[in-house]
Amino acid sequence: MSQSLSLKPLSKTALEVPFSGIRRFFDIAASMQDVVSLGVGEPDFVTPWSVREAAIYSLERGQTTYTSNYGLLELRKEISRYLNKRYKVEYNPEGEILVTVGVSEGLDLAMRVLLNPGDEVLIPEPCYVSYRPCVSLAGGVPIGVETRSDAKFAVTAEQLKAACTERTKAILLGYPSNPTGAILTREQIVEIITFARERGLYVISDEIYDRLTYEGIHTCVASVPGAREITILLNGFSKAHAMTGWRIAYACAPEHILKMMMKIHSYTMLCAPITGQIAAVEALKHAEREVEEMVAHYRQRRRLIVDGLNKLGLTCHMPLGAFYAFPSIESTGLTAEQFAERLLLEERVAVVPGTAFGAGGDRHIRCSYATSVEKLELALARMRTFVDKLHK
Amino acid sequence: MQDVEKTVRDYEQRGVIKTYYTVIDWEKTGCEKVVAFIDVKVTPARDVGFDAVACRIARFAQVQSVWLVSGGSDLRVVVEAPNLRELATFVAEKLATIDGVTGTTSHFLLKRYKEDGALFFDSEQDQRLVVSP
Repeated sequence: MSQSLSLKPLSKTALEVPFSGIRRFFDIAASMQDVVSLGVGEPDFVTPWSVREAAIYSLERGQTTYTSNYGLLELRKEISRYLNKRYKVEYNPEGEILVTVGVSEGLDLAMRVLLNPGDEVLIPEPCYVSYRPCVSLAGGVPIGVETRSDAKFAVTAEQLKAACTERTKAILLGYPSNPTGAILTREQIVEIITFARERGLYVISDEIYDRLTYEGIHTCVASVPGAREITILLNGFSKAHAMTGWRIAYACAPEHILKMMMKIHSYTMLCAPITGQIAAVEALKHAEREVEEMVAHYRQRRRLIVDGLNKLGLTCHMPLGAFYAFPSIESTGLTAEQFAERLLLEERVAVVPGTAFGAGGDRHIRCSYATSVEKLELALARMRTFVDKLHK
Repeated sequence: MQDVEKTVRDYEQRGVIKTYYTVIDWEKTGCEKVVAFIDVKVTPARDVGFDAVACRIARFAQVQSVWLVSGGSDLRVVVEAPNLRELATFVAEKLATIDGVTGTTSHFLLKRYKEDGALFFDSEQDQRLVVSP
């Protein structure tokens, strides 16, 4: 037993996927005191009480079993009703809706179902940190399509066309966007869908921030004519209902696609946790008022932070969705990494450098306004001190 | 902002907004107060029903609220006093002796949990990670 052990190396794929650029800042910030964090990608609200209470009651009654692989039928029916009422899209609760463990799982399943080794996925960037790794882990090749601040970070069909090759299999959209707060208009979506249909491409649409749309109503990608049959729609309860820790989301797709997703899910996850599913039923049935109240708070803070950042000379377009401002820090002469690191160490404000979100994110930082007005004001004051110091 | 101020002023003048007040946790101030919810049975008077008695009760400074309610009694009155003795005196000498009042049942407030939308226990702390995706 004393022989030296020479284990074979871990999977090449696992080793090659990089760690998220967010990790480093988390490690530094977590070791500091009195940090005002604009780095948090989740609501500062607690799940509405009626939702928590429903979950507690279910535990008291002993509802602790597996559910159907697809998820509780009652929840799928509520999801179907919700999507139909809000976006006029129809998904059959029996066979076209799968309850997943967060949109993250839905995204992973979608990639595994769609991709063969070497298949390319077009990803408008800056984007959520998981998109590229999820494509790579499924054997695909992520192709970043850089969006620019002067186009309010919305991708166009033209840009996608230019990036499209013979190997392109799908387009991964994430609007409203984390980190930019950008949205796509109905017209922009129509053009993208028309293009995708021409080339026989699938569209994966992550709409987790759908309810956090501040001007006008969100356009569900699947609601656009011709979109439904090529789209995998992903959404969940984390953002709108402040339920990040419950890990409950859903995927909707035509039956032949969803069945494959369910097959993988049945082997790797079996089902989403029942307590969270019961909570989600309550969220859809009775928490609309709370959702609207939370959105009203985000809307108020959005103005505060965007005005504040612009006054600091950190040019920031008005984000139309999600709860992030994505200002340019070009005027400071620093890189995004330098800015974020120095701001944290010198003034104890945590933000995330835009480089963590891919192409187009350099010279930008992500500031989450999922935090109280008092803390936002404090963060802006500290940032004022920091920026003034830089200009001296 | 000016629009908001104008609308608020208009509401105040028209009595849509009745008043503004602060919800105070008196226990934390160390200030002693006694509050009672008093169910009052009333014989309604001709023409004015319960209004005459209700308005008469409402004018006392000790009375915080008066509502006409359905159920076993007619009026529900909230009375506040600096101590139990004063409250008892008010009920016995003022409230119970009003013409038309045929009976009172007092319920003393023992502990506040929620008042006018404000919770009186610690709400949840922010338990989020400092930075997350």
